[in-house]
Amino acid sequence: MAAQKKASKSNASADELKAYYHDMLLIRRFEEKAGQLYGMGLIGGFCHLYIGQEAVVVGLEATAEEGDKRITTYRDHGHMLACGMDPNGVMAELTGRRDGYSRGKGGSMHMFSKEKHFYGGHGIVGANVPLGAGLAFSDKYRGNDRVTFTYFGDGAANQGQVYETFNMAKLWDLPVIFVIENNQYAMGTAQKRSTSSPELYKRGEAFGIPGEAVDGMDVLAVKEAGEKAVAHCRSGKGPYILEIKTYRYRGHSMSDPAKYRTRDEVQKMRDEKDCIEHVRDLLLTGKHATEDDLKAVDKEIKKIVNASAEFAKDSPEPDPAELWTDVYAETAPQNA
Amino acid sequence: MPTEILMPALSPTMEEGTLSKWLVKEGDTVASGDILAEIETDKATMEFEAVDEGTIGKILIEAGTEGVKVNTAIAVLLEEGESADDISSTPKQDAKTESKSSETSEPKSDSPKAVPAQAAAPKPDRSPDWPEGTETKKQTMREALNEAMAEEMRRDGDVFIMGEEVAEYQGAYKITQNLLQEFGDKRVIDTPITEHGFAGIGVGAAFGGLRPIVEFMTWNFAMQAIDQILNSAAKTLYMSGGQMGCPIVFRGPNGAAARVGAQHSQDYAAWYAHIPGLKVVQPYSASDAKGLLKTAIRDPNPVVFLENEMLYGKAFDVPVMDDYTVPFGKARIWREGDDVTIVSFGIGMTYAMEAAEKLAEDGISADVIDLRTLRPIDYDTVIASVMKTNRCVTVEEGWPVASIGNHLSAVIMERAFDYLDAPVINCLGKDVPMPYAANLERLALTSTKEVLDAVHKVTYR
Repeated sequence: MAAQKKASKSNASADELKAYYHDMLLIRRFEEKAGQLYGMGLIGGFCHLYIGQEAVVVGLEATAEEGDKRITTYRDHGHMLACGMDPNGVMAELTGRRDGYSRGKGGSMHMFSKEKHFYGGHGIVGANVPLGAGLAFSDKYRGNDRVTFTYFGDGAANQGQVYETFNMAKLWDLPVIFVIENNQYAMGTAQKRSTSSPELYKRGEAFGIPGEAVDGMDVLAVKEAGEKAVAHCRSGKGPYILEIKTYRYRGHSMSDPAKYRTRDEVQKMRDEKDCIEHVRDLLLTGKHATEDDLKAVDKEIKKIVNASAEFAKDSPEPDPAELWTDVYAETAPQNA
Repeated sequence: MPTEILMPALSPTMEEGTLSKWLVKEGDTVASGDILAEIETDKATMEFEAVDEGTIGKILIEAGTEGVKVNTAIAVLLEEGESADDISSTPKQDAKTESKSSETSEPKSDSPKAVPAQAAAPKPDRSPDWPEGTETKKQTMREALNEAMAEEMRRDGDVFIMGEEVAEYQGAYKITQNLLQEFGDKRVIDTPITEHGFAGIGVGAAFGGLRPIVEFMTWNFAMQAIDQILNSAAKTLYMSGGQMGCPIVFRGPNGAAARVGAQHSQDYAAWYAHIPGLKVVQPYSASDAKGLLKTAIRDPNPVVFLENEMLYGKAFDVPVMDDYTVPFGKARIWREGDDVTIVSFGIGMTYAMEAAEKLAEDGISADVIDLRTLRPIDYDTVIASVMKTNRCVTVEEGWPVASIGNHLSAVIMERAFDYLDAPVINCLGKDVPMPYAANLERLALTSTKEVLDAVHKVTYR
């Protein structure tokens, strides 16, 4: 594949590039496996794959510190892997088994990890945006300098509650980074057919929230923009908007016939803009790694992903008594 | 070993499909992401992509085959170094989705579900709310609610209140009076008029470990926010397998006020009582308002706290205690009697109490039960009373269909059918939007007279 013309001049270290390559490839192979398990009927319901968008979450996670929070919508598998959640626990939740992160009661769209400060996995488009601002509110209330990454899509960017949240987030200078993952399609509706002004990063202007557009197929560009946003939030200046232009290769969910875009459009993105190929190219041309090195990474990831699939198949279904647990809490939750 | 390519499930409901077209032939090399075939499901024609790389060794199902069951092997993929000869001639059985199913025994439940009618008479907790001899003072519900919040905010620095006009205006109904002066603007927060947004921010803050009190100027406006109350606050503990609690109180006036018309006069008791994961409170007296609100603020779950504007100014005896709380799920018996059970909550209690007073003059004595909390409901107190009186009338301002009264009638039928000497009657709001005209508004609400008529009907007196 041709090197990307606009690829950020890489002053990233070999280790950094290798880490991005590893993390993005893990998400891709995991998602491919999830798609396969779905096809076999082992995963049910809705299953939204992150394939194509890996650079967004990997680039931003590279800017996060311990205690920072993250929350997203239902296309959430990539976010969970990127923040360090266990692939076994994620895959076992996808198959609805007792070793899943939600003990089989959440599924693909509803997973959480208090330990990793991952606050879901939310199924209602736009609803996680005020929740993310609320998480940021809790940090500001406590007077620490943690930030919350609040991810949502170009579709959610048209929801009313997003703007209610922008208003309050700026009014109260909440340390929240609104990450709009613009993959250009809200389910099957192209952005130009749903959105009167396509520059989503400007959507905070009326509220005084700075924003910028970022090439989401370039993990280094994402990281660079993320650093700026994080610094802004951590210094107490309030929210920041990142519109990250990305692309999903697969359908909206597994049952998407993809009649709203051409196969050529998808193939062109894969051939010319793929975020993993980009880093692979940087590693090879920069002589940071050999083909054999990368083959070894591929192999290691294949092993992790296959193990997660086996784990998820072997884990038993939840005990029937689990039907009645976790409806109400008996004791107060621990502070995150 | 050659890999079998299986007929995929391409929608949540697909069991079989038509393999309309192969886009590869035997001997083709494929990479992950290449389209292998077109498959027609019950909903659409979909492209089916390769997951693994390799060479198509054999196509097992011809293009155009209908009714191909999910998980049937449709082709065989060869990895590097394998040849078509490696394909075993006896095809494997359809890969079954072997799910290690646990025994499907009926789960045990403590929930209020069908219990056989011969169940033993319950023995509800009838301990007094405060110790005998405790000093009491006359206090309005407004003062009691205010005191409850102030006490809890003093006790726990994580408790804060947000809502429209709660701070500088001192509360649209003065429930938050002086809280700003005592606790400052970090903990008493005026919001813009944006219920959906600030309810969500409150829920997020609760996920973050704080204990928000979200005031809705009235519950009518919480319709804008109901998705956050149900989908985010009530369900997340369950969806997270117990990891992510949401200790939050949503509170404000509920039900009809006076002459404010259809959009501002609605009782949400039955709406929220329907939702697992929520706790729902609707106090009638000032002492309950105080004790229940303190319990609500301490509860680790989301609590819907339904007040009533018409009761805000009404004074009741409130115990003078350092820390007065009332537990959820324990009804209060305001009057004891033998002839009929009247069950109500919130402002419905005013009709129930007036009716009981009048009935006593006619020699009919009533048990008057104030449910106080609608989730959980103290079924035992109701059932024990009905087993004694054999008659029951329920009173509420909400609409008839799927009302709290309907639900109680069903539970009484299940648990005390043989004890009933008359059908249970529900006194309810009328099945119309609230009209503005004074006379029509009176007709739309239930009334003391309706309760009296119902009691006479069930007692045949």
